[in-house]
Amino acid sequence: MMPTARSESGAPAAHHPHQSAEQSAAQPASQPAPPQRPDPWQDACMAAALFAVDPAGVVGLSVRALPGPVRDLWLEMLRDYLPPETPLRRIPLHIADGRLLGGLDLSATLRAGRPIAERGLLAEVDGGVVLLAMAERVAGSTAAHLSAVLDAGEILLERDGLTARTPTRFGVVALDEGADDEERLPNTLIDRFSLLIDLNPLAWRDVQQLPPDMELADILAARERLAAVTVDDDALDALCGTALALGVDSLRPTLAAVRVARVAAALAGREQPAPEDVSLAARLVLAPRATRLPMPEQPEDEMPEEPPPPEENQDDSEQDKSPEQEIDKPLEDQVLESAEAAIPANLLAQLQLGALRARSRTSGKSGATQSGSLRGRPAGTRRGEPSATARLNVIETLRAAAPWQRIRRAEREQEREQKYRAVDAPVAKQSRRKGRASPPVAARPRVEVRLDDFRVTRYKHRSETTTIFVVDASGSAALHRLAEAKGAIELLLADCYVRRDRVAMIAFRGATAEVLLPPTRSLVRAKRSLAGLPGGGGTPLAMAIESAVDLADGIQRRGGTPVVVFLTDGRANVARDGTGGRAQAGEDAMSAARLFRAAELTAVVIDVSPRPRTEAEQLAREMAAVYLPLPHADASALSNAVKAVV
Amino acid sequence: MPLAFPFSAIVAQEEMKLAILIAATDQSIGGVLVFGDRGTGKSTAIRALAALLPPMRVIDKCTYNCDPEANDAGLCESCRTRRSKDDIKVRKAPVPVVDLPLGATEDRVIGALDLESALTRGEKAFEPGLLARAHRGFLYIDEVNLLEDHLVDSLLDVAASGENVVEREGLSVRHPAKFVLVGSGNPEEGELRPQLLDRFGLSVEVKTPQDLKTRVQVVRLRDEFEHDPDAFIAKWKRKDGKVRNQIVKAKERLDQVEVPDAALERAAELCMKLGTDGLRGELTLIRAARALAALEGDDAVTDDHIRRVAPPALRHRLRRNVLDDAGSTTRVERAIQELFGS
Repeated sequence: MMPTARSESGAPAAHHPHQSAEQSAAQPASQPAPPQRPDPWQDACMAAALFAVDPAGVVGLSVRALPGPVRDLWLEMLRDYLPPETPLRRIPLHIADGRLLGGLDLSATLRAGRPIAERGLLAEVDGGVVLLAMAERVAGSTAAHLSAVLDAGEILLERDGLTARTPTRFGVVALDEGADDEERLPNTLIDRFSLLIDLNPLAWRDVQQLPPDMELADILAARERLAAVTVDDDALDALCGTALALGVDSLRPTLAAVRVARVAAALAGREQPAPEDVSLAARLVLAPRATRLPMPEQPEDEMPEEPPPPEENQDDSEQDKSPEQEIDKPLEDQVLESAEAAIPANLLAQLQLGALRARSRTSGKSGATQSGSLRGRPAGTRRGEPSATARLNVIETLRAAAPWQRIRRAEREQEREQKYRAVDAPVAKQSRRKGRASPPVAARPRVEVRLDDFRVTRYKHRSETTTIFVVDASGSAALHRLAEAKGAIELLLADCYVRRDRVAMIAFRGATAEVLLPPTRSLVRAKRSLAGLPGGGGTPLAMAIESAVDLADGIQRRGGTPVVVFLTDGRANVARDGTGGRAQAGEDAMSAARLFRAAELTAVVIDVSPRPRTEAEQLAREMAAVYLPLPHADASALSNAVKAVV
Repeated sequence: MPLAFPFSAIVAQEEMKLAILIAATDQSIGGVLVFGDRGTGKSTAIRALAALLPPMRVIDKCTYNCDPEANDAGLCESCRTRRSKDDIKVRKAPVPVVDLPLGATEDRVIGALDLESALTRGEKAFEPGLLARAHRGFLYIDEVNLLEDHLVDSLLDVAASGENVVEREGLSVRHPAKFVLVGSGNPEEGELRPQLLDRFGLSVEVKTPQDLKTRVQVVRLRDEFEHDPDAFIAKWKRKDGKVRNQIVKAKERLDQVEVPDAALERAAELCMKLGTDGLRGELTLIRAARALAALEGDDAVTDDHIRRVAPPALRHRLRRNVLDDAGSTTRVERAIQELFGS
């Protein structure tokens, strides 16, 4: 009785500073000042507590932080929040499907003489927490397995001759150690995770001064209260409206926010989520996924004397709600303001960068991953015969042969018996004169391996990059700076040599676009072709772009990754059919540029005009290529710029 | 088996639900592919399919759920033998909806030696795989674009022939394996191979609802289901039963639905206008329109039926025009407007 009373009295005391903080935050909200930006470490502690209350319901928590004392402190706190008997397992990146999901336990099977299943790691962690290390580099298939098991609440096993369904419910803590914006968790996991926190902005000094104000007893008490918490329609409307306003398209995060609000209410000792619980859920779950800032539906300013934030929110509410629900406006306004305050200040800049970077790709040896080769990283095995394109995996072959040894041994005994019986008659006849002779004992192989047991290794490797140079050798380009463009290309060729790229070269002038050099590793031939390139004639830009698309398509079919570098001033004057005329040539060039964009190739357009002009820039924009003007007599800076982009 | 969200409780996504009902009514259409955004209810709708299907008649004690009314070619070996001896009983069984998980190995999909018989009794026996279990039912592949290539090859071969031929580990077994392929996935995860894409009769694109009322309703119902699944399922049992009855009546009526020549001409015109490859588009379009007419209790296929099933039947069969900025769905709808004039 006494411990219960103490925990009950402790919970309000523990939350008193939080409530007073909320009240102090509420007062500025009624005034023109916007809501205060939340404290990231306090939010991280709250996220750990929410996750600890219901790991399976919250499903996942992503911690974006490099390894360091801040992350270790947070993990230690999470460990303290979980009951001591909670299973906590760490999943390495290289885990195989058999270990993750389970399968045949070969040694136990052979020892017992009947199939024995091995419980996978996800089954062992039932009721606990899985720690996903270096989560930003997890393979797509592992992420898909995790997503499937998290959705169904069970492991559906169909492998190694076994069929099984194993119920398992667990939470996932993903340690996201991405260094820049491109390295992120797989989208399938982000969509299912409830909480995304970022510890990178925090310093050790900030963390030390703010100890968490919660204990394990609070977590356990919240677990018992959780089943009784119900969410009313006001909270649902507020969270759905906030998600819609922030552009969170998937409905899973909204469901996750409802769950988090319920857990927050249980943690605070309430039977229904209060406005601060709903605001907390919106701040922790929806704000990190915002794809746009909330915008008012009516751009006109009908009440100029009112301060802008309440006006925008009010307009938004009027669009979404019927008159009899006017009492709900304050809740949604408050929730939306809270979520908006949690959005980082440079969200728009980040969104723009993200959109640009979505199309960027690596080059050199790090082309797109590709299966079906004899080199690269092993990616499992499959049944097949070793050949020029497939290498035998001896260990897996023996594993496949092992369960059948008994039946094969029996077969061989049977064959020997028949052979002995066939030989018995002549021996019996001779025995009248010479006496009975015993048959010789044949030597037996230790392991009998048959064709069906053969397993070959499957590989994944990065395909080779081929850089295609498309050089404008027309009269206008040659007159200005063909020599400098050639110098720049030679520097780029040096980079291709370092990266082991292949190169190809297309020159266009007069009425044709000519493939000077098909894809080759020989950079000497490339330099020779470049040196001997004469200038003069018209600019058939449309033909050049189409030739580049054809060559790139061929490279892709053979498994490579093409990167195209255009060197031109963009002033086309020869049309697609070879006739002159700037107007038609310009239209044809733009049409070919759209064709290039549809092919989704990586490209750089280098403007070789004496001064940057609009033609080349428009061309680059139409092709979705990166535009770089050639600095005056500075081929080295150009090479650095292209190297940074490609 | 985890409880499935009731089909009739799924909010919005009418095209997806219609395609699933059409595939449940007429299995010869060839299955449904559901592609779309995350969190739109793709897996939920497909997993709810099992509760909708009425029971079917199967030969008793048959591992492969053979059809008692099939001819000898459509039976497995043991049923053929038993039928010649006139030793066949019939019972009712639920239609199988088999889940093909991502981590499945080839021997479990196709079938292989029974490991337990080999280890315990030293005997050779065949253990059927997922393809056998899915015979006369549905085979569901979640994240279909992440499936391993060699498994895809096996699936395509069996789906084309309707028969699973196992020649491995000293076994030589063949058994019927006619199933409907149902796949779901997110196009961001990767492209689907053209051979696999053409195998699906209907292709549905799902999007996230953008209006607030719909989103509130989805979240409310899902939250209610997760809070008390049994009560929620009991609450929607009547509506699910109504949908099941609709499927049963549609199946009975399917053979009597008339397909006039005018409808055939309209379908052919539409496919020619869109430039679809092969004739599978016309076949699927007509079959889907007939199933839709049966679902709605109509006696004959009309232009309205063709118009409504044309996008799911044809959008994944268009030859790609890289210079056309419009998507596949937009092209189908434009062709429909030109042909039907509205």
